[in-house]
Amino acid sequence: MNQWKNFTKGFFKDNPVFVMLLGMCPTLGVTSSAVNGLGMGLATTFVLVMSNIVVALVKDFIPDKVRIPAFIVIIASFVTIVEMVMQAYIPALFEALGLFIPLIVVNCLVLGRAEAFASKNAVGSSIIDGLGMGLGFSMALTMLGAIRELLGSGKIFGFSLFAESYGMLIFVLAPGAFIALGYLTAFINKVRKT
Amino acid sequence: MTYFIIIISAIFVNNIVLSQFLGICPFLGVSKKISTGIGMTGAVTFVMVIATIVTYFIQELILEQFNITFLQTISFILVIAALVQLVEIVLKKVSPPLYQALGVFLPLITTNCAILGVAIMTVSRDYNLVEAVIFSGASALGFGLALVTFAGIREQLDLVNIPKGMQGAPIALVVAGLLAMAFMGFAGMV
Repeated sequence: MNQWKNFTKGFFKDNPVFVMLLGMCPTLGVTSSAVNGLGMGLATTFVLVMSNIVVALVKDFIPDKVRIPAFIVIIASFVTIVEMVMQAYIPALFEALGLFIPLIVVNCLVLGRAEAFASKNAVGSSIIDGLGMGLGFSMALTMLGAIRELLGSGKIFGFSLFAESYGMLIFVLAPGAFIALGYLTAFINKVRKT
Repeated sequence: MTYFIIIISAIFVNNIVLSQFLGICPFLGVSKKISTGIGMTGAVTFVMVIATIVTYFIQELILEQFNITFLQTISFILVIAALVQLVEIVLKKVSPPLYQALGVFLPLITTNCAILGVAIMTVSRDYNLVEAVIFSGASALGFGLALVTFAGIREQLDLVNIPKGMQGAPIALVVAGLLAMAFMGFAGMV
């Protein structure tokens, strides 16, 4: 039961985007469509789970003073793996996400979980924590991407719902990202409290 | 002329915060007061220019020489993290007043994605050293412009009556959206 709570806290109670406001750069930068948001979310989830596993395994061997640089190296290694795999197998998504793939390294969510959770807990619960937080992050990005895509170009996941000329282009562009996330955060906070 | 275009483009047209979405965390986090916004801008400018110069040489002299450019992400972030520490130590010793002003912001900068982002962009756009320095400096100024403007608006926001659900982060994001809309006016200038 406790592990289940550990898993689900990332979706609603402690959602990294809506509640903790972590990882805002990719959240705003890549969510011009639902697919991009989902791709970014899953890439981050992979890095988060793997780095949580390694950090939980080596936490007893790392001197306390150099733990942050050590965590950063671990995270950067997995980001490099993700970068190379995406470039080889899904080049279209790699192009769309662009600069934000190497920037997973500085996503405060990943370092934050390594520091706050994995460095204090066992491997098993660190995996579950990483998975929950990562999927919560993916959910938030996909939701925001879907809303922006629908309002901006009348599509969801590339399926057309209404004519593109009725769409409000501003939602695909930069300002729409901030405004859509602002209202979505207000909405989620309202639902969370009731 | 190319230098001028780089400056205008980095400050206004492709503003690093409002159109590239880099450095959003400090943009939302330390924008409650104009004075802290200015302090943060100083620290970011300082570190961003130094980091870009250092990573430029690492890319040219080490990564490309030995054909190991896939290590870019790891090496850059390590160097930036170390550099921030170094700047902090040197500043403390050399110029205590400057350290007083910027000190609290320095540790936050390691995870500021704008620094790593600008370093990577400099490499991917094949800038030479002078262009790299100008680009990083102008990007930092663009960051400062957005941050200080935003902080000014947020100071006024404290005085008005905001619906309960929109208080805090939501209204800040909507304001940032309006600011981004204003900056869109510069699009197509360069």
